Amino acid sequence: MSPDPARAHDATRPQDTARAQDTARPHETARPLAPARVLDVDPLLEDPRTRIVVCCGSGGVGKTTTAAALGLRAAERGRKVVVLTIDPARRLAQSMGIDSLDNVPRRVKGIDDSSGGELHAMMLDMKRTFDEIVEAHADPERAAAILGNPFYQSLSAGFAGTQEYMAMEKLGQLRARDEWDLIVVDTPPSRSALDFLDAPKRLGSFLDGKLIRVLLAPAKVGGRAGMKFLNVGMSMMTGALGKLLGGQLLKDVQTFVAAMDSMFGGFRTRADATYKLLQAPGTAFLVVAAPERDALREAAYFVERLAAEDMPLAGLVLNRVHGSGADRLSAERALAAAENLEESRIVDHDGGKAGLRNSPDTYGSSDPHTSDDQALDEGSPTAPERSVDQLTAGLLRLHAERMQLLSREQRTRDRFTALHPEVAVAEVAALPGDVHDLAGLRNIGDRLADNRPELP
Amino acid sequence: MSRLQVVSGKGGTGKTTVAAALALALATEGKRTLLVEVEGRQGIAQLFETEALPYEERKIAVAPGGGEVYALAIDPELALLDYLQMFYKLGGAGRALKKLGAIDFATTVAPGLRDVLLTGKACEAVRRKDRSGRFVYDYVVMDAPPTGRITRFLNVNDEVAGLAKIGPIHNQAQAVMRVLKSPETAVHLVTLLEEMPVQETVDGIAELRGARLPVGRIIVNMVRPETLDGDDLELLRTVPRAAVARSLSAAGLGGARRGGHAERLVDPLLQQAEEYGERYALEHEQRSELTGLGLPLHELPLLAEGMDLAGLYALATELREQGLS
Repeated sequence: MSPDPARAHDATRPQDTARAQDTARPHETARPLAPARVLDVDPLLEDPRTRIVVCCGSGGVGKTTTAAALGLRAAERGRKVVVLTIDPARRLAQSMGIDSLDNVPRRVKGIDDSSGGELHAMMLDMKRTFDEIVEAHADPERAAAILGNPFYQSLSAGFAGTQEYMAMEKLGQLRARDEWDLIVVDTPPSRSALDFLDAPKRLGSFLDGKLIRVLLAPAKVGGRAGMKFLNVGMSMMTGALGKLLGGQLLKDVQTFVAAMDSMFGGFRTRADATYKLLQAPGTAFLVVAAPERDALREAAYFVERLAAEDMPLAGLVLNRVHGSGADRLSAERALAAAENLEESRIVDHDGGKAGLRNSPDTYGSSDPHTSDDQALDEGSPTAPERSVDQLTAGLLRLHAERMQLLSREQRTRDRFTALHPEVAVAEVAALPGDVHDLAGLRNIGDRLADNRPELP
Repeated sequence: MSRLQVVSGKGGTGKTTVAAALALALATEGKRTLLVEVEGRQGIAQLFETEALPYEERKIAVAPGGGEVYALAIDPELALLDYLQMFYKLGGAGRALKKLGAIDFATTVAPGLRDVLLTGKACEAVRRKDRSGRFVYDYVVMDAPPTGRITRFLNVNDEVAGLAKIGPIHNQAQAVMRVLKSPETAVHLVTLLEEMPVQETVDGIAELRGARLPVGRIIVNMVRPETLDGDDLELLRTVPRAAVARSLSAAGLGGARRGGHAERLVDPLLQQAEEYGERYALEHEQRSELTGLGLPLHELPLLAEGMDLAGLYALATELREQGLS
C-alpha cells in the first residue's frame, strides 16, 4: 500500500505530494473502503497554481454535480471560479437553481463570498460557440455564406462529436480571457470519454489530410480547367464522392470547406494550444465514477488513457459510496435475526405481513414454539410490540441489503485499486436524494473533502 | 410487436443490460434476434462474458426454447467501407478514400454520417431476408445512444435526405426513415426512479413524439425492494428507541440496556431507515410522474448480487412475464 511518487504520468504535477496522502491515519483503519491513497481535494482547489480542473468519466456518475460542487467549494475558499458544463440536460443549471445558462458565464448568487471568491457558471451552447468562431474569424460576407450553408447548419447543430470540439474551443477561450483563476470543466456525456481528448487530434489529422485539398480543388481552380492538376486517384475520388453524396451535397460540402478554409488554420492552432493546456502543470484531471462495475471499468480505461497522453491525473472521485454505522453486524446475522423475529410472530397470525412480504420460507420452517409475549399479543395484530418487531425485522433486512451493497461496492473498488494502486481516491458518501441547490452542492463538497462514507 | 426495438436511456440506467435482456426475451421459443451495439464500448461482450465482438454477426447466446441471440458491434469505419462496397462497388476507391482521410472525416469529423451508417446498418438487418424470402432476424434490438441524443440519432436520415436532395444517399436515407417512423420500430426508454433520469425520460419522449418517432415502453430498471412499506415508515416516526432495542435483543443481538449491543445498533439502523424513507418518498413521486406519461410501464428489480449472466437471464424472464415479448 505504499504510494509510489515516481509515477510517470503525474511527474509533471508539482503539487503531487500535497494532494495525495498515505492512508495510515489510525481512524481510517476501520473504514470498509480504505483506498490505497487518499485524494485530498482542498489543497488542490486552494493551490493558486491549479488553473483548470477537468472532470471526466462515463455518463450517470454525477460528473456535472461533482464539477459544480468543486467550483462552489473553490469559490467559497476565495478563488474566482468559472464552471463550464456541456451537458445538454441542463443539469448544472438545475442544481445551481438557475433556470437557464447561456453561452456566457453568469455569476452565481448566494454563495458565501466572505473569502473574496466568486462563482460563475456557464452552459455550452454548441451552435452559438461555432457561430461565434465563424463570426470572429471570417469577414462578414464569408461568415454569412458559412452560416447559411446547409452543411454547416447540420454540422454545427451538434451531432455527436461537435460538442467535444466546441468544448475544447470554449475551454481555450475561457482560459485566454484570463478573468478567472480556476476553470472547472465538466466533459460531454460521450459514450466514450476519449472523444474529448481525441477531438483536437482528429480535427488536426483531418486538416492535415488530403481530403480537404481534394474537396477544395474543384472550387478553387474552377471546374474542368482544374482537373488536369489533379492526379488520376484524385479525380476518381471526386467522381466517387459526387456519386456517393449527390451533386448538390458535394457542392454544399465544397462551398462549406472553401469558406471555412481560411479559418481552419486558426482552428488547428487553437486546438493544439488547448491540448497542450490540458497537459500543462496547472491542469488537474479528476476521473469521476460510482462504485459500480461499468463505471469503474470506464474509469480505469480513462486513467490509462490519460497516462498515455501525458495528461496530469489528480485522482478518482468515487461518488455515491455507501457506509453503515452498524457495519459490525453482518448481512447474514442481520437476516438471521430478522427471521428470528418474524418466525416467533408468525405462527398464530395468518396476515403476518413480514412473513408474507419478506421470507416465504419461514412458513415451512416456523414451528409453534409459543413464547410468553407472543401469547399476550394473540388476536391483536396491531398490538404495539408486534408491530415493533415487524418494523425491527424490516430494519434488519434493510441493514442486510446495505451490507450486501457495501461489500459489492468494496469488491468493485478493490478491483480498481488493484489495477491502479497509484490513483488517489476521494470518496463521496451517497445522498438519499438529488442535489438541487447550492446547499446541496456545498454538502457534496463537504463530503468530497471529508472523503469518507456517511457515518451517523 | 415491432421488429426493430430501440433501447435508449440516460447514462447509468443500464440500457445495455435491458437491451440484452430484451434480445434474450424476444428470442425465447425458437426466434432469432440480433442485438446491435452502436457505440463501440463492447458492453454486450462484457454482459455475455465473451471476448470483444468483431464487426460481424455472431451467435452469443441461446435462449430458452431453442432461440438464438446474435450480436453485432458496429464499427462505423468498417460499416462505411461495407456500405460503399454494397451500394457502389467502390472497393478500390474505398481504399483510396481511406488513404485520403475521407473515412476519418465521414466517421469522426462529420459524425452525423456516422449516425447514418449506424441506423442504416440496423435497418438493413431488419429488412434482410434469406433465399426463401423469410426475415433472417425475427427481431433486431438496438442498444442505442442515450436519451439526450436519441431523437437526433434516429432522425439523422431526415436531415441527410434534406442535405442530399438526390442520389443514392438520399434514397437510402429515405428508406431508413420509412422503417424508423413506421410501426416496425419501437423506441423504449430505460430509467431509474430518480429525478434526473425521469426528467430526461419525460423530455426524451416529448422529443421523440415531436419527431414522430414511435415511442414504445418505459422500463424502470434497478427497482429496489420495498423492504419497509408505508405502515413501517409511519410507525418509524413514533416508535420508542427502547422498544426497538428490546426487539433487537429478543432477536438475539445482545443487550437492550443502554450501552448494550442491541441498544447501540438502534441509532445506525434508524438512520438507515430514515435515508430509506427519504428515498422511498422520492421514488414514489418519480413513479407517479412516469405513470402520468400514459405509456406501458415496466419495472425490473435491482439484482442484489450485481449484474452477471444469470442475472441477465433472470431479467429476460421477468420481461417475458411482463409481456414485453
